[in-house]
Amino acid sequence: MALRQLNRSLLYVVLIIFAGLYLMPVYLVVTTSLKSGASINLAQMWDLPTQFSFSSLAASWQKLGPNFLNSVYLTVPATILSALIGAANGYSLSKWKFKGANAVFFLILMGMFIPYQAVLIPVLRVLDTIGLYGTIPGLILVNVVYGIPITTLIFRNYYAAIPDEMIEAAKIDGAGYWGIFRRIILPLSAAGFVVAGIWQFTQIWNNFLFAVAITVPPHQPVTVAVVNIAGSQTIQWNVQMASALMASIPTLVVYIFLGKYFVRGLLAGSVKG
Amino acid sequence: MIKNAVKEPDRAPLMARRPKWRFSWDKASPVLVLIPSLIALGIFVYGFIFWNGYISLTNWNSYIPNFSFAGLKNYAAVFETFRFQADIRNIIVFTALFILGCLSLGLFLAVLIDQKIRFESFFRSIFIFPMAISFVATGVIWSWVLNPQPNAGINLILRALGDSHPPTWFLSPIIIPSIGLGLIKVGIPLALVAVAIAAVWQMSGFAMAIYLAGLRAVPDEIKEAARIDGAGAWRLFWSVIYPQLKSSTVTAVIILTAASLKVFGLVYAMTGPGQDFTTDMPTLNMFDTTFQGSQFAEGAAIATILFLLMAAFSVPYLLSVLRGENREENS
Repeated sequence: MALRQLNRSLLYVVLIIFAGLYLMPVYLVVTTSLKSGASINLAQMWDLPTQFSFSSLAASWQKLGPNFLNSVYLTVPATILSALIGAANGYSLSKWKFKGANAVFFLILMGMFIPYQAVLIPVLRVLDTIGLYGTIPGLILVNVVYGIPITTLIFRNYYAAIPDEMIEAAKIDGAGYWGIFRRIILPLSAAGFVVAGIWQFTQIWNNFLFAVAITVPPHQPVTVAVVNIAGSQTIQWNVQMASALMASIPTLVVYIFLGKYFVRGLLAGSVKG
Repeated sequence: MIKNAVKEPDRAPLMARRPKWRFSWDKASPVLVLIPSLIALGIFVYGFIFWNGYISLTNWNSYIPNFSFAGLKNYAAVFETFRFQADIRNIIVFTALFILGCLSLGLFLAVLIDQKIRFESFFRSIFIFPMAISFVATGVIWSWVLNPQPNAGINLILRALGDSHPPTWFLSPIIIPSIGLGLIKVGIPLALVAVAIAAVWQMSGFAMAIYLAGLRAVPDEIKEAARIDGAGAWRLFWSVIYPQLKSSTVTAVIILTAASLKVFGLVYAMTGPGQDFTTDMPTLNMFDTTFQGSQFAEGAAIATILFLLMAAFSVPYLLSVLRGENREENS
């Protein structure tokens, strides 16, 4: 019994050590962001700030504020669009299985596994041709299209859990494809939209490759701004950390409040469902 | 089996009465709904991959497009560069470090969390939260944590622990064991270890979540039976529970390998190609070759190689997952 007690305590000690390790970068980022430029000193980088200063956060907001807003204009519509498309696709693929539905699903899913470098040159050529190169709408288009596989997957697995008997009963009552969607599927879809929405929000907000390849100033999203600030030799660490912190806040807030759904998206994204 | 046996009799006469084919909106709608997505992906995924493959076979290696046929010249040219040879070494080393790190840490943490602990969701959230952050933010943050100066970051702690020559992390030019092969030195570039640490911090929560789901799916009866047979905790885990986690491991390896081959923002923000390309990746090489060097055909060749690598393991995986699903439905 005493051994069991000891083991339990050891378990918690190990867990707390690891939690500390995972949070260590957060500690450094937050404390560095709250120090003023003058008080930044490598040898004291682990110390708590002697006095809180918001000058670093203010300085970084001045640099990346516009990019932050660009990310909002990009992420909100792109997330909504890709969730809606995913819902319609997932409904078709799970509740109206037609001949070849699985082959279609496979072809859609493959889109998740491509390295985007393999499509980048054509993407830029096409966006240039249709006049969307360098713009946020161009970036929205690309993020929506390449988001279709994952949102389709999330909704297909989500709708698969709705009993087929409900659909059959509605069919007997004379409801058709859209009638069933409106009256049965949509009212049950809230959690599915939260899962797909959070997932896409996080992915699109955090995306860097498309952002840096497709947009030009002043339309660049926040991830590009963070890299530009970090790459500049003249900008101090405290401003760099403040920018990284600022760029991470939206997705972290979503994670803190809706983490359960984020993890569901994570597991759904691993295909097994 | 039972389901089919009940269904069959009432379906058969119905089928017989119906004409062979009749248009119905209910049958057409699911297909019609999918068509825009299929067209979009047909163009943006399949069309563009072929287009990119085509570009890789042309002479378009300057700012002006030139679509004359070059055969495999660009592939040969790419393989002969120091940078791409370094990329091959780096992607293999990085993938191995990244996957081993994520799987071992993920499994370890999942087992700890599965011990019916208090504050379970709190601990779980802490191990997963880095996944909500962008790779570029992770890169910037870890270049601060692993500051290469001897008197900064982690090195301050290492020095306090008695290491008088702490590593220079992602700026280290050292490759171990550094065996000459082709143009490059083969081994583990230490700078890449620093990048892998940041990547493991970011993605190990994913492996933990997958393993935790796997652990929760192991039936209690199996554990109980083994315990009654007198298996100790260690034996119970490795002989009874771990084999049940095989599919979790496969899933995690596939997803993490895909993430590893795609890694771009993290390296871009943390180190860039690095000294002697010790932290370069095919993704960065493709980006620079294409957009800085205007070597479009060579960039396309690198991208095609990357795609083929990815397809080589993702296609069999997806096929096996979908086939497994079919089997479940039909049984």
